[in-house]
Amino acid sequence: MKILAIIPAYNEADNIRAVIEDLRSFGGDILVVNDGSTDETAAVAKSLGAQVLSHPFNLGIGGTVQSGIRYAHEHGYDMAIQFDGDGQHRADQIFKIVDLVKRGEADLVIGSRTLPGGYKMGITRFIGSRIFHCLIRFLSGHTIEDPTSGFRCYGKKTLRLFARFYSDDYPEVESIVTAARSGLRVVEVPVLMRGRLSGHSSITRRKSAYYMLKVTLAMVVDAMRGRQMIGES
Amino acid sequence: MDLPKIVSLGLSLGIFAFVLWLVRERRLREKYALLWLSTSIFIILLTVSRRALEVAALSIGIYYPPSLLFLLGLLFLLIVTIGQSVTLSRLSESNHRLAQEMALLKKQLEDEIARRKRTDDHPGP
Repeated sequence: MKILAIIPAYNEADNIRAVIEDLRSFGGDILVVNDGSTDETAAVAKSLGAQVLSHPFNLGIGGTVQSGIRYAHEHGYDMAIQFDGDGQHRADQIFKIVDLVKRGEADLVIGSRTLPGGYKMGITRFIGSRIFHCLIRFLSGHTIEDPTSGFRCYGKKTLRLFARFYSDDYPEVESIVTAARSGLRVVEVPVLMRGRLSGHSSITRRKSAYYMLKVTLAMVVDAMRGRQMIGES
Repeated sequence: MDLPKIVSLGLSLGIFAFVLWLVRERRLREKYALLWLSTSIFIILLTVSRRALEVAALSIGIYYPPSLLFLLGLLFLLIVTIGQSVTLSRLSESNHRLAQEMALLKKQLEDEIARRKRTDDHPGP
């Protein structure tokens, strides 16, 4: 099975080496999607033998992950994992999210920090997470404990769907609803994560109000679209 | 002709000329130019015949005609702005697609060049 690790990276020159070294053990290709970084991210990644996709300017996390997904889709990968460029995710946890997709029992697997055996998160993130959790359950019937997690595995059908429909900013939560409403099987598994190596979360407190509103609106509108408009997966 | 009338006529004619100039300089697409040109014509007509505004206002029960003007003006601008937002959304979507497409193509090109270089260095049997 062809598998691709998609690493979205924006100015992660300090972290990217460790992340790629960590991924050496994983048996697939490594793709760094460089989202218009102004530092040496792309050069460092190339020198370590990773595939590199470079945006001409900054598109944001959604566009970055989607470029990786489109690459995987166009190059016929059977599955892809999303692996953060900041060192939060651990390569030794990949087998946990890949397993169900490999066996054909899930189309989208989310590595979760809150399930038993997972990792504790901050209070603001926790509250936001709970609200999204309820919204997702209401809109799609799925119970996802950690919907903002970016540690994911995409199966072939999901790659095809997200190559067409994937939100620009703050896509994690919305994409769960999109997938679930398109009839894909979304499953969550507990994983271990690290604290960040360096840098800070892309979601600051000031932005989090906008984040909540934007994602809520996106999901509600998504629900109003009906299945046929989402995609023919 | 009183002073306000002259000023407002002058302004509308000025806007009309400005829009024409923008189109001539190719800084404004005809599609948007039509909108603004018709707007300034509308304002010119209102200036010339204040009677029309008064009749229109009174007939729908507005006793202070300028408020009808403000209402219409605000509504018009609101609709135009929403239209602009739609255009902006569409543009940013295509911009986004283009950037992704470009990144994917550039990668393909780099891969192809690398592949050729390899086959040139080690020609097959």
